Amino acid sequence: MTPTRLYTALGALTVALFLASLTTGPASLPIPEALSALVTQSDGPATMVMREIRLPRALLAALIGASLGLSGAAMQGYLRNPLAEPGLIGVSATAALGAVIAIQTGLAAAYAFALPAAALSGAAIATLALLALAGPRGTALTLILAGVAFSALAAALTSLVLNLSPSPYAAAEIVFWMMGSVADRSMTHVALAAPFILAGMALILPLGRGLDALTLGEDAAASMGTRLHRMRLALVLGVAASVGAGTAVAGAIGFVGLVVPHLLRPLTGHRPSTLLIASALGGAALLLAADTATRLVFPERDLKLGVVTALIGAPFFFHLVWRLRGRL
Amino acid sequence: MSLTLANLSVTRQNGRETLRGVSLTVTPGEFIGLIGPNGAGKTTLLRATQGLLPATGTSSLAALTPTQRARAAAFLPQSREIAWDLTVETLVTLGRTPHAPSEADATAVTKAIAQMALTPHAQRRATRLSGGEQARALIARALAQETPLLLADEPIAGLDPAAQIATMQLFAQLAHEGRAVLASLHDLSLAARHCTRLVVLHEGRIAADGPPEQVLTPQLLSEVFHITGSFVFTDHGALFTPTGLT
Repeated sequence: MTPTRLYTALGALTVALFLASLTTGPASLPIPEALSALVTQSDGPATMVMREIRLPRALLAALIGASLGLSGAAMQGYLRNPLAEPGLIGVSATAALGAVIAIQTGLAAAYAFALPAAALSGAAIATLALLALAGPRGTALTLILAGVAFSALAAALTSLVLNLSPSPYAAAEIVFWMMGSVADRSMTHVALAAPFILAGMALILPLGRGLDALTLGEDAAASMGTRLHRMRLALVLGVAASVGAGTAVAGAIGFVGLVVPHLLRPLTGHRPSTLLIASALGGAALLLAADTATRLVFPERDLKLGVVTALIGAPFFFHLVWRLRGRL
Repeated sequence: MSLTLANLSVTRQNGRETLRGVSLTVTPGEFIGLIGPNGAGKTTLLRATQGLLPATGTSSLAALTPTQRARAAAFLPQSREIAWDLTVETLVTLGRTPHAPSEADATAVTKAIAQMALTPHAQRRATRLSGGEQARALIARALAQETPLLLADEPIAGLDPAAQIATMQLFAQLAHEGRAVLASLHDLSLAARHCTRLVVLHEGRIAADGPPEQVLTPQLLSEVFHITGSFVFTDHGALFTPTGLT
């Protein structure tokens, strides 16, 4: 399949799932009415449901899915390792830790930007430390070990914050928040996260050529004109900004960055540059689908998006481990 | 375009000097065999030449911007990494990375694949090829870069005899066409047979530099390589054969 056809197919799928997400929900609105309420100006309840409940939800699912898919594909390309994923290697967990600290200390309530800033710092610290620890020459084992260590540390510190929390209700609220969800978010959340997510993605998208060259190793890539230090910096900032901002408004949503590049890689001829755009589109599609599914499977229960992606993603991880085992 | 190294030195973080004051000029038309025992500094020299290692002294190549350098010299590293299941054709196309996309890309790729006798394998996954075929695909990638200078770190290690001779002949041909090749080699017979010039590295220094017959003297072989060997003059020209240990 040529890249253009793949992008077109994935783009069409994303648009279809976006519309499906807009037209699914507890308020029973016929599809034509729902879509017309979205575009026409009126004070009716349909317009309010569409613009203030469903639109931000669909937008966040698409944005966060795209950033997770893209981040996963870029990290895998850079580390030349199919197991690299922001959620799995602790970037999401440290972003969540940053966000929890911001919420608990009241900073998030005082300054709207404290929440994404704290999550972003957590993600940046984790990404930097991971790249330093595992390194581009690091084996799958080093990376996973470093990631497990980071996830464990972040989880322990998050538990500590919750443990010391004065109010059990606040703690319960945070636990639910951490499961990851885009339900009940407003356009304010979108406005808060979108600039960081889009900026982060803009940093990662131009890295394709360098990631292709890295297929042959660092020295070969450098000899073909790739500026490795600049690339690493763009990658770290890009992943931290997009994953950090996404985690700040939606909690930790795992496995998207693992599953999407893994599924799409054969369709891209295993070329890292083609995989970047494909994974961004695929990530948006997957998260929109998963979020719509949470409303269809248990409409009366508040099923969390992060729980669903983990249920889809974990078996993929088993599959990858199985394949790597066969190769060793 | 020629390459000039002046007093190039590399000191590792542990304080060990792996390259000591190497000065060298490579001019178009030369196929230089970089020889020396393991640990003599061959890889360090090839990497420092391109600025891939922090070094003191000067290298005309390292002074260029990354893109200029990539258009001036192609490098074939010793480690043969192929991270993803690319086809041979896509892998060789990576050699076009430094160049602005043009119609010359497809021509260069097809030619490089043919030069390494990989045309029947062009659509196969590079990771499924044998070790020797992978090595040839990686050489083809460096050829597709179409640079005046080719730096290759042990390009023929692990190849079968036919591929070894074919590669050496190809490099000699590139030099004949006005390009320059600097390749580290362990096979002294092949080096003596095909290279226009040999540079011997020993403990980070240049121990000898010149035409094969003048470089591979009994004294140098004994001091640097701890072997004996001699030239046999045949109808095919002067052939060098290692004969034993000293």
